[in-house]
Amino acid sequence: MKISLKYSAFAMAAVTAAGFSATVSAEDITGAGASFPAPIYAKWASEYNKSTGVKVNYQSIGSGGGIKQIDSKTVDFGASDMPQTDEVLRSKGQVQFPTVIGGVVPVLNVKGIEPGQLKLNGQVLGDIFLGKIVKWNDAALKALNPGLALPDAAIAPVRRADGSGTTFIFTNYLSKVNAEWKSKVGEGTAVNWPLGAGGKGNEGVSAFVSRLPNSIGYVEYSYVKQNKMTYAVMENAAGTFVKPDEEAFKAAAAGADWNKSFYQVLTNQPGKGAWPISGATFILMHAKQDKPANAAEVLKFFNWAYTNGSKMAADLDYVPLPASVVGVIQKSWGDIKDTSGKSISYK
Amino acid sequence: MQPVTSSADMYGRIAANPAPAPMSSPNTVKRTRSNPLIDRAFGVLAKFAAIVTLALLIAILGSLTISAWPAISKYGLGFLVRADWDPVQEQFGGLAMIYGTLATSVIALLIAVPVSFGIALFLTELSPAWLKRPLGTAIELLAAIPSIVYGMWGLLVFGPVLATYVQQPLQAALGSIPVLGGLVSGPPVGIGILSAGIILAIMIIPFISAVMRDVFEVTPAMLKESAYGLGSTTWEVVYKVVLPYTKTGVIGGIMLGLGRAIGETMAVTFVIGNFNQLETLSLFQSANSITSALANEFAEAGEGLHQASLMYLGLVLFFITFVILSLSKLLLARLRKAEGAKS
Repeated sequence: MKISLKYSAFAMAAVTAAGFSATVSAEDITGAGASFPAPIYAKWASEYNKSTGVKVNYQSIGSGGGIKQIDSKTVDFGASDMPQTDEVLRSKGQVQFPTVIGGVVPVLNVKGIEPGQLKLNGQVLGDIFLGKIVKWNDAALKALNPGLALPDAAIAPVRRADGSGTTFIFTNYLSKVNAEWKSKVGEGTAVNWPLGAGGKGNEGVSAFVSRLPNSIGYVEYSYVKQNKMTYAVMENAAGTFVKPDEEAFKAAAAGADWNKSFYQVLTNQPGKGAWPISGATFILMHAKQDKPANAAEVLKFFNWAYTNGSKMAADLDYVPLPASVVGVIQKSWGDIKDTSGKSISYK
Repeated sequence: MQPVTSSADMYGRIAANPAPAPMSSPNTVKRTRSNPLIDRAFGVLAKFAAIVTLALLIAILGSLTISAWPAISKYGLGFLVRADWDPVQEQFGGLAMIYGTLATSVIALLIAVPVSFGIALFLTELSPAWLKRPLGTAIELLAAIPSIVYGMWGLLVFGPVLATYVQQPLQAALGSIPVLGGLVSGPPVGIGILSAGIILAIMIIPFISAVMRDVFEVTPAMLKESAYGLGSTTWEVVYKVVLPYTKTGVIGGIMLGLGRAIGETMAVTFVIGNFNQLETLSLFQSANSITSALANEFAEAGEGLHQASLMYLGLVLFFITFVILSLSKLLLARLRKAEGAKS
């Protein structure tokens, strides 16, 4: 891996060098990282290219890879589903800002249960994935779902096998609402699952869930919508049961205090309509830019995306950020400076 | 045993198939017409290719060891017998994956070797001539199917069939018997060690049977016909003439298949369930393999112990392959020795 990274750095350097000498276009920008927002970044990049002629190359290599690439400055921006804490960012001299919001949704495959019929809360969901609730007709599930015919069948939990931002959001939520989950398993892009079959990627989990009778898993919202999967409604921090949809994810984002820090995991947010397992995906950049021209292009690109890209995001089942959050982000860009200490202009 | 002793001379040629024997010096042949410069250039190129391969191997081993060093220095060889894998608490051990890799490969071989032997036998000894080519091509085509296709097929098509028609009846029949019941416990969902082993078997059958068929075909017709002439049945000819004559090639083919089974990633990750557990050794239970863990976790593994442990797993896989290769060489050497004693 080390070798291949070095080689790719070489290759990238060579390509950049060639680009500079041949066309003198400093405008082409490169980013790498999370796979969850890759479709919308690609869509934005192609539309942006049409309207401005600037090329944005985004490599979907996973959040971990994105963090590594921006640390080694091989890309102009990194992307991660997992926000970095302010301390980590400060020590690395980086800044982050969110781009779009997504939601993680429990999906199930139980005969006779229609989408939106099953009600769950964090405690019960955690107990299912801990192996404490093993049957669909468990008393805890019955108490949440009076009137719903729950079968006397073993629950088959399904979860991600690969490290992923989706798993981070899901386990972060369970850690917040289920004390035993927090002490036994914890949160992360990959955790030590107490049980369950592991599917690779959202598509692997949705394939498992649709195939295995009496299973329950979790996937990104767009997979629920596109595959018409049976989702559960969740009880949120305000005590109301909410359906996973754009409004609920937006409500989760609005509840967070973005002014204080961009380190916001949007799980278990207050707010009556907030979907409890939401999360934003983030862009990472260096605060002090050796290549201010590239940084300016990156900021211009995302500024364009915030202004013109909401519809495209919604079409692809991502949730655009509320306007208030975009304002905070644009203000925060003042921290991205060139070597002389001048803020980089994106206007 | 006339055929066996007479095959001893030919034997070296067969052995050269899977593992090239040291070549005799080319200088002994006097060349008069060809340009000596071209000869020398070719020699240098060939030597260069060999050295590059060796250097790459050493470089891979070196960079693996360096990247794995944090995990090696923390766990030492204990890594091989620790079963917990907890990225959150940063506790890592490879036993569950090592077991999964070995168990699936053994199941794959148990199925693939007899089947491949049957295929090769049929194609060389029993098949009508018109069927030989289409059947042979069909089997070779199996080898060209990308492994992800096998994986998806295993998950979506084969898994449900296995669950309904094999696992559930087996559980019903064996569930109450002490040891066997343990082997078939767990959810009968068509995902786990057994399905991964079967999918791997299907994937390596073309490799093993192709090699077996090729080596069976080089058995001189004279040897076989002599045996038939002495009144041997087809089985006796295969068992006493063809197999002894081709055993190096057969073992080479099996090793090729085993190597493929151990290194296979994509197909396994779809059907093995990716669950790091050793609490139950049931064949129906989800498990994990080294390659599958690497493929799943590497992209998102943070710097530090998690990544180093994955590298360590890669190193372990390297050594497993190395040990298997050495064992097969040892086996061949012993066979050769036994043969020498006989003649």
